[in-house]
Amino acid sequence: MRRLILWLPLIVAAVGLGGFGLYLWSASGTDPELRNQIRSQMIGKPMPEFALEASLPSHRPLSASNLRKGAPRLVNVFASWCIPCRAEAPQLMALKQRGVPIDGVAIRDRSEDVAAFLAEWGDPFDRIGADPNSKVQFALGSSGVPETFVVDGKGIIRHQHIGDIRPEDVPTIMAALEAAR
Amino acid sequence: MRRVLILLALAAAAPALAQSSLPPARYANTQLEDPRQEAKAKALMETLRCLVCQGQSIADSDADMAGDMRALVRERIAAGESPEAIRAWLVDRYGSWVSYKPPVEPLTWPLWAAPFLLIAAGAWVARGRFRRRRR
Repeated sequence: MRRLILWLPLIVAAVGLGGFGLYLWSASGTDPELRNQIRSQMIGKPMPEFALEASLPSHRPLSASNLRKGAPRLVNVFASWCIPCRAEAPQLMALKQRGVPIDGVAIRDRSEDVAAFLAEWGDPFDRIGADPNSKVQFALGSSGVPETFVVDGKGIIRHQHIGDIRPEDVPTIMAALEAAR
Repeated sequence: MRRVLILLALAAAAPALAQSSLPPARYANTQLEDPRQEAKAKALMETLRCLVCQGQSIADSDADMAGDMRALVRERIAAGESPEAIRAWLVDRYGSWVSYKPPVEPLTWPLWAAPFLLIAAGAWVARGRFRRRRR
């Protein structure tokens, strides 16, 4: 009995550490890229109300009411100063070519910088709203750039893609759009 | 010669742009005029996690996004919203991750129970010791 009590603190510590490790492992998932990602809790909820001014004169402004027009759309949260946003540009252009409507939310950005970014990397956007203080980004539960949300025809957020869209992510996004139909 | 060239190249190098060129929001680094409101905002900011740095509170972080979040907190406090309502608004969007104040829920029961369990265990051990000494 006394022997056992001597070992008790060690056993408690081992169980505690093991449990904590297991929790971290399950929270991070098996994919190392998913680590440190904070997923939005807004999936399945309606797009929060917002009305953003146009980021560029060449594009129309973006508000939440533009995102419940009967067909699913993509909302791409991006910025001209964001390096991975350049990497995902070809994939957004490919999605646009397939007929996917895409709207943009430009985070903390200047009109002329967004124009230069689109001229260099391509312009997949219908509408682009300027979000100079990240307000809409916070309302969406988005924690960085780039992020892409699938919104269904009723304005319900159906899917969140965190980070740049790589060629291998396109089928997942297409499937999410199909499911939102 | 090569060294000089390398030094020149280093002097001319510009850092890669990964930060916004917009100036910070008005209340990102400016205190509220009312010191009582600022105290409330500060206390809340110290218990909100910066989303892009994750190991820091938004009060401690220099990230642009943390600055925007400080501005959001200050503006909402100035508009009369309670700190706990602002915390709840953020938790609704980001989960309890964003808050350094753990909620009482099944996942955190062990955390809240731990001090009481440890004190109970300590009392039990101490009781055993004192008994033995008396003998």
